[in-house]
Amino acid sequence: MIDPKKSFPILETIVNENKLIYFDNAATTQKHHSVIDEITKFYNKENSNIHRGVHYLSQLSTKKFEESRVAVKNFINAKHNHEIIFTRGTTDSINLLASCYSKILKSGDEIIISEMEHHSNIVPWQMCCENTGAKLKIVPITELGELDLNEFKNLVSSKTKLVSITHISNSLGTINPIKKIINLSHENGAKVLIDGAQAAAHVNVDVQDLNVDYYCFSAHKLYGPTGVGVLYGKEDLLNHLPPYQGGGEMIQEVTFEKTTYACLPHKFEAGTPNIGGVIAFKKAIDFLAETKVETMKKHEDHLLNYATESLNNINGIRIIGTSKKKSAIISFTVENIHHYDLGLILDKMGVAIRTGHHCTQPVMKKFNIAGTSRVSFAYYNTTEEIDYFILALKKAIKMLS
Amino acid sequence: MKSIQNIEEEIVEEFSMFDSWIDKYDYLIDLGKSLDILKDEFKIKENIIAGCQSQVWLHAENKNDTIEYHADSDAIMTKGIIALLIRVLSNQRPNDIIDAKLDFIKTIGLEEQLSQTRANGLKSMIKQMKIYALAYKHN
Ligand SMILES: Cc1ncc(COP(=O)(O)O)c(C=O)c1O
Repeated sequence: MIDPKKSFPILETIVNENKLIYFDNAATTQKHHSVIDEITKFYNKENSNIHRGVHYLSQLSTKKFEESRVAVKNFINAKHNHEIIFTRGTTDSINLLASCYSKILKSGDEIIISEMEHHSNIVPWQMCCENTGAKLKIVPITELGELDLNEFKNLVSSKTKLVSITHISNSLGTINPIKKIINLSHENGAKVLIDGAQAAAHVNVDVQDLNVDYYCFSAHKLYGPTGVGVLYGKEDLLNHLPPYQGGGEMIQEVTFEKTTYACLPHKFEAGTPNIGGVIAFKKAIDFLAETKVETMKKHEDHLLNYATESLNNINGIRIIGTSKKKSAIISFTVENIHHYDLGLILDKMGVAIRTGHHCTQPVMKKFNIAGTSRVSFAYYNTTEEIDYFILALKKAIKMLS
Repeated sequence: MKSIQNIEEEIVEEFSMFDSWIDKYDYLIDLGKSLDILKDEFKIKENIIAGCQSQVWLHAENKNDTIEYHADSDAIMTKGIIALLIRVLSNQRPNDIIDAKLDFIKTIGLEEQLSQTRANGLKSMIKQMKIYALAYKHN
């Protein structure tokens, strides 16, 4: 195997005289060199607005933009290219859908989310409920940090119009049984959105096999650029949703009496998108497809088990999120030590971890903590890095005790 | 009474003895640990200076012509810097507090601790200390 580190130039960075150890991959992954090269190439040789021009550059950028759509379609095994809507990211995708649902839900309808959602999958639905009078229902989580499925069964009913649940929790690492949730929801006539921000780069996603109605994720957590995201939706459902933002690109005909809307996917892609970002995103998907997500997952599972074991051997450490089905994300607290202090000292030793509530305040409340320290791994991380991190952590704990 | 300037110089001198970040951080941790305990009656919501990750409580009292500060934080590194700020600004006259530039923080290499991105409330704490001074001055 060639060293995957070599493909990510930023991993050569020296921080405070130490080689960078980047364990904040759940926040964003580093970028594959082919992604960086493609962005440079785009602005040097291909930049032009898409779908509008007849000239050479516009043809070229439009073609490449649409090739990215095909790559995403194949990556998640969607049925049609036009089921892939490009957005700015997961947050944007969820807001798009919540805004559309604001126009079709009524008082008495219900939306179900869970206690482990990222704020991005909470606030848009609170706003949607405020606008429509619909009710927000919350699936609680257990001590292990898993969804309480029995409680979910009690909550879901014919009143439920939409269930929006994360595939993988960004603070607990739990991989949720989304297929079960999708089936239970469909039995009750509810549609399902899965927030795949933490999943798309780490587990295989097949939207047809899942039979999921909507699925979203961010390119920047898949070794791709920031400012690009995806909303997948079943053709029939997207066709029946009202449009989101108005503007250029999303219309068929505009008159002052009445405007008719363009067909999918343009109906939901008003304005000039992040063209260079979308085009470069294809390189990240190519990298994932070539390396194979299963191969990456195997390596990441090994890192997860290795780090979990090492952490459990340190006195005073409590891992938050202990489901048997976890992605390579570990949140922990250290007795009598504040996560902020830990983060500062580890940073001095070159280890980048995330500290705080990770935009999941309800999870912190559930476990009665102010925040956690979180390490999250990607394909390019190694057990040697974990060894160094554990040494650094022990040193930090010693300093702070 | 030592002037703010004098105390800042003292601190700069103390820190000049450290040649590694570890020594510096160890010292800050010690300062944090030895900071006078803030009485529970002052650890109230109204005294909280919100930082996203570590919280700071600040209480101020008027003593003769000067202001006495008491503060605390849930993070020890933040407490260490609080201890320095209190050493410099507590028991000083309002005008001097308002004018204090607090350059020592940069000189001893801790200015990153005051950046907003550190999300520890320290920057807002300094602002609040000065606001108290301003308020007492006009009382
Ligand atoms: C589970 C989950 N949902 C949503 C988001 C928001 O993603 P973005 O900031 O890329 O829109 C994140 C990012 O941290 C996440 O982890």
